[in-house]
Amino acid sequence: MSFHPSMDYGRGHHRSARALPDEGPAFVYTAERRATLDEILGHYPPDQRKSAILAALYLVQAQQGYITHNGMRHVAEVIGCTSAEVEDVVSFYTMFYTRPVGRHVIQVCRTLSCALMGAERVSEEIASALGIQPGETDAAGEFTLHEVECLGACDRAPVIAVNDDWHECQRPEDIRALIDGLRARGAAALTGCHLKVEK
Amino acid sequence: MDPILIKDVREPGSYTLDFYTKRGGYSALKKALAMTPDAVIEAVKQSGLRGRGGAGFPTGLKWQFVDKKSPQPKYICCNADESEPGTFKDHVLMERNPHLLFEGCLIGCHAIGAKVAYIYIRGEFFHVQQVLEAELQKAREAGYVGKNIFGTGFDCEIYLHRGAGAYEAGEETALIESLEGKRAQPRLKPPFPAVAGLYGCPTAVNNVETLCNVPLIIEHGAEWFAKIGPEKNGGPKLFCISGHVKRPGTFEASMDVTLRDLIYDERFGGGIRGGHALKAVIPGGSSVPVLLPNEIDVPASFDGIAKAGSLLGSAGIIVMDETTCMVWAAENLLHFYKHESCGKCTPCREGCDWLHRMLRKIERGEGQARDVDLLLSVANNILGKTLCAFGDAAATPVLSTIKTFRDEYEAHIREGRCTVPAPWRASAPMAAAH
Repeated sequence: MSFHPSMDYGRGHHRSARALPDEGPAFVYTAERRATLDEILGHYPPDQRKSAILAALYLVQAQQGYITHNGMRHVAEVIGCTSAEVEDVVSFYTMFYTRPVGRHVIQVCRTLSCALMGAERVSEEIASALGIQPGETDAAGEFTLHEVECLGACDRAPVIAVNDDWHECQRPEDIRALIDGLRARGAAALTGCHLKVEK
Repeated sequence: MDPILIKDVREPGSYTLDFYTKRGGYSALKKALAMTPDAVIEAVKQSGLRGRGGAGFPTGLKWQFVDKKSPQPKYICCNADESEPGTFKDHVLMERNPHLLFEGCLIGCHAIGAKVAYIYIRGEFFHVQQVLEAELQKAREAGYVGKNIFGTGFDCEIYLHRGAGAYEAGEETALIESLEGKRAQPRLKPPFPAVAGLYGCPTAVNNVETLCNVPLIIEHGAEWFAKIGPEKNGGPKLFCISGHVKRPGTFEASMDVTLRDLIYDERFGGGIRGGHALKAVIPGGSSVPVLLPNEIDVPASFDGIAKAGSLLGSAGIIVMDETTCMVWAAENLLHFYKHESCGKCTPCREGCDWLHRMLRKIERGEGQARDVDLLLSVANNILGKTLCAFGDAAATPVLSTIKTFRDEYEAHIREGRCTVPAPWRASAPMAAAH
């Protein structure tokens, strides 16, 4: 509750509003992912297993697309902490999804350098091409659109990330081809990072 | 000066171990391991190397402050969480010249007596992480990383730690918290990381570009390094130029170069795009005050830009031409700060949200005459009242754009609309606060 007279704080957007995570199905890592996690745990002192929480959560997300309550419980069990500590972390970092997302998560950088080069138009174009608003997933579960903060590729603005791959220097008129390309060829339709001169 | 740090980055295979060692790579490490740790620190101090992450703190001093007598292990944490809007220099170094960074980490570990360095890389740099991981493995196999390096008995490991999308993790104590598997929120200082950092142990947190400069100092000597550029601002520097310039990109120069040259010179930004005129420059990532076209004839050094009334920060130079609405620019940045505030300190957590909503209101032409002073009041109540520099960084775009472009704020309010609309902006206001 805010005490500032001109702010309608407390009505629907107070930050302490906690969204409970989905329970989800029972979760256990595949043997391969568990081995990866054990290897990563070796990077930290034996009494500092919590350091591997971010890595452990990435593995949950890789396995089932998003992070459920059961996933968090399993992480807590493997790491040796409480599931509250895991949820604390999940709810802080933007790259963890607590709701199912589409096969292609399109992230449009909206911060100043990209915005100066037309990122707002690019985002509008994607929203209209997919018929969804930023933050939403289409009915087929194919695309999710997010507006994200600076991706660190400001010289190749506006930049988009689709899942873990970059797609640089986008103009609104390029968007229809991008969507079609993603549908047909997946990540192969993306430019990737311009610094990789070997491709 | 000719590029040093990014000289070969456009060459195919520049990131490989083979490429690096053929050009004398890891010889500085060999040389450093033959020196005492104190001599390495002394050389870095003599060179005048200042941290490239934003604060410009002397690296040698930072290392000297690490409590070497402590019985606890020591750590180097390499800050590769490059998230400051307008900054993309560490990205080039890591993706195209990763062994330089590894060499810098190893020399740093030798200097402060650490056996482990963690490279904290932002989660969005997934493709960079893949390069680093593969090359790290090659360096390990070749014996540059691991046990008994060069047969000197020096053991040192380097591990990558992937972040998960948090600007605040770039703050050194928040980075440490995140490395410990918690929310990336800053700690109360003191104690500084040099005394109680990662796992409560003495720790040095250094930026990627800072560590990449260390092998050069060892290789060529402190004097050589200090002579590149103006006094107390020595060494090669990477500048990131983005926004309305003809040639956005990462450029390397000594800090003698002026901000005007970086924007207009054909070797750098190449001037403003499409025949437009320059309106304002943010010279050091989004967190520093804007400069006007008549303020850019200064050396782009830590001290030069400070004299002009701004900061070199992370050297992320964001150029805006006259089609840019400064209220819109401030709103855009406050959306960023509102989104990225870690929520630990009340003035920042609440204040950023208020600032953003007031700016959005003014930008949409719904502001009232008292709002400009209210903005100043809220911003000033964040300034200096938070645990870390984030609060000041968030207040700065508001304070500095009102200082220099107050008439534009007032015109928005008077006319009840955005007075500087641009065709490249959204046709409808961008998605609501989320």
